[in-house]
Amino acid sequence: MAFTVLWLQSGGCGGCSMSLLCGESPDLLTTLRGAGIELLWHPSLSERTGGEARDLFDDILCGRQALDALCIEGAMLRGPEGTGRFHVLAGTERPMIDWMRDLAAVARHVVAVGTCAAYGGVTAASPNILDACGLQFDGYYPGGALGADFRARGGLPVVNVAGCPTHPDWVTETLMLLAQGALDGDGLDAFGRPRFYADQLVHHGCTRNEFYEYKASALHPSEQGCMMEHMGCIGTQAHGDCNTRLWNGGGSCTRGGYACINCTAPEFEEPGHPFARTPKIAGIPVGLPTDMPKAWFVALSSLAKAATPDRLARNAVSDHQVVSPPCRTPKWR
Amino acid sequence: MSGMTEQGTTRLVVGPFNRVEGDLEVRLDIADGQVRAAQVNATLFRGIERILEGRDPMDALAIAPRICGICSVSQSHAVALALAGVMGIGPAANGQVATNLILATENLADHLTHFHLFFMPDFARADYEGRPWFARAHARFAAMRGTAARSILQTRALLLHVMGVLAGHWPHTLAIQPGGVSRGVGMQECARLGSILAGVRAALEENLFGTVLEEVAALADVAALETWRTQGPQGDFRLFLEIAADLELERSGRAYDRFLSYGAYPGGLAAGEEARLWPGGLFVDGGTRALEIAAVTEDHAVSHMDDHDHPHPPFAGSTIPRLRDGAAYSWCKAPRLSGLPYETGALARQLVAGQPLARDLVARGGGNVLSRVVARLVESARLLIAMEGWVRMLRPGAPWCHVQGAVPDGRAVGMTEAARGALGHWLRVEGGRIAGYQIIAPTTWNFSPRDGSGTPGPLERALVGAPVRPGERAPLSVQHIVRSFDPCMACTVH
Repeated sequence: MAFTVLWLQSGGCGGCSMSLLCGESPDLLTTLRGAGIELLWHPSLSERTGGEARDLFDDILCGRQALDALCIEGAMLRGPEGTGRFHVLAGTERPMIDWMRDLAAVARHVVAVGTCAAYGGVTAASPNILDACGLQFDGYYPGGALGADFRARGGLPVVNVAGCPTHPDWVTETLMLLAQGALDGDGLDAFGRPRFYADQLVHHGCTRNEFYEYKASALHPSEQGCMMEHMGCIGTQAHGDCNTRLWNGGGSCTRGGYACINCTAPEFEEPGHPFARTPKIAGIPVGLPTDMPKAWFVALSSLAKAATPDRLARNAVSDHQVVSPPCRTPKWR
Repeated sequence: MSGMTEQGTTRLVVGPFNRVEGDLEVRLDIADGQVRAAQVNATLFRGIERILEGRDPMDALAIAPRICGICSVSQSHAVALALAGVMGIGPAANGQVATNLILATENLADHLTHFHLFFMPDFARADYEGRPWFARAHARFAAMRGTAARSILQTRALLLHVMGVLAGHWPHTLAIQPGGVSRGVGMQECARLGSILAGVRAALEENLFGTVLEEVAALADVAALETWRTQGPQGDFRLFLEIAADLELERSGRAYDRFLSYGAYPGGLAAGEEARLWPGGLFVDGGTRALEIAAVTEDHAVSHMDDHDHPHPPFAGSTIPRLRDGAAYSWCKAPRLSGLPYETGALARQLVAGQPLARDLVARGGGNVLSRVVARLVESARLLIAMEGWVRMLRPGAPWCHVQGAVPDGRAVGMTEAARGALGHWLRVEGGRIAGYQIIAPTTWNFSPRDGSGTPGPLERALVGAPVRPGERAPLSVQHIVRSFDPCMACTVH
């Protein structure tokens, strides 16, 4: 029996689907086929349109078609004034949030794909005239469109594959684990994210780690130094395996020369400061690495700065390496 | 859903309309086996313009790309251009070339996605069983099962490795900056970019075109296209031409034949020159005209928006959503240039750029399903050839990004091209904050609702006369026409 998936989009950009199509080794369709996953309907991929698609939704609601996973991409729009009419599913005159609630009630698992579906994301950014929220979170607060107590038929709360966008593998691996019955409540973190990627930090594997160690910092875009001190990077606190799994054949935000903006977290869209500028008090970044006592950070940073090798100090503010690591012949030769 | 309206006219509502980006509903009034009138309804409102207001101007670089997952880089580029306009700076030379490569990668990936995954699968529907080409179309393009789907996903993923090298990832990069790009690369990475593009070229030449890109780029007129259809190299392009001739797609989906391009890829025509690869302008009545951007307005007459009593220039525009009864039917506004609707996209770009086949196709049959799709494929070939040249123009060691100071007060419009057409961001900065941000996306032009004078948008016009066979719930002719525009509804309702 195939593991069946229905994918619907609401208040979002569709970027998680576009990212999903970037899946490699093998391509997305081969991955799904190999895992016994059948996409009953996906807005970008399926043949069925209009009434043909509506028939499928009816079959699912009536129990004629089993649904193993309902994947929702995009935030749920509750406005205006609680009507949900900021998104009426085309061809149905019915708000998407109502469709989602009915389908979630019959699905074995409910998967929020992307930060919008998980927590509201950019779609819920201030002033949030849409009254947008996630499936089971409203920013940091449990609740959202389905309520904090919601459990899908399979027993799990909404699985939040957060990210803006999501890495294709985060989505396919989540679906594969669900299909194998290998994802249980212990496999999710406090924000409902699968721990297989969310228990990593973006800092892990960052190519700027040596600059970080010595607080050799970049001041402007294209410079090679650490982006934590000045340029808004919060990779030391952000959950995600971006710098070990890598994107589009080898990239990541920090490898692309710009800050990690913590896009897998609730409310990342409201950092409280410009995204690409680090907020500081008395010259010390307000947001410190996860788990690190502030006094230690200040002490270590001062020491590290004092000890910064000239190579790192100069390379940090250049867009290419101007000083190479020295080649030394060991003394015993 | 359907229902009878006046005098034998049937109302048909088609939705959810998939294999377009975002949610779309099309309402059709049908009589005598033809569409008599159409209303295009964007059923989702996003409100990104309102989210941008009041923020630090540089934050638009993080927020605005998230308007759209398929035009993300185009949105990002429009932000960077608007900010650069306010700041009075331009990109470093390497930054310019890298930005062109990043934007072209997205445009090309979108064209390939559109043709293989969104547009062609309709010809593999059982409705066409019995056509001479059906077995081949089905084998190649059946949704999710055809051989083309898997192979194009691999090619697309390979192409998007350009983003892994130059832009961190796709979608939603912060690499494009007002002063250039955030990522400088070395000679080794330039070599890597070359090999990625070589891989994409090989795949397209093998499967899509059946021959070298240069032969596609050189297609000069409809006679040459006819020869390709009957004697050309075997490939998906020729298969499409065969289908198009059989179904007379050149007679389907004609709108107003007024075309708009903002132009793209500055410095992209030749090294050391400032000219754009695709120049901006209008194409009307068989010739090009200068574009006067100040003549652009948006009309909310039938949009669920306040301020619907008169059209607004974007710098004075507003986005205050309000569900209205009566005539209003879409969240989409109605952009007009000098009061007229315009079509935008690859066909418009190639017309303004003077590509002879595009001009000949339009001289004979106007903008239609065939000419839009052919223009997209010809542009794909031309773009990939240009990209190979741009990789050779990168100069490791030279600057990638100029130093960017604070954003002063002022206003500017950032104009670029997404795969599906002209994209503009109208930015006003006051007191160091975004005071106004208005966006007109390509599908806002193409899928515009009616304006205050009752003039339908381009798609609404293009659907009139589309044949509807008895019992069709989602008429195939309508599906071909809608998808021929490669719509992005996420952008439309930003």
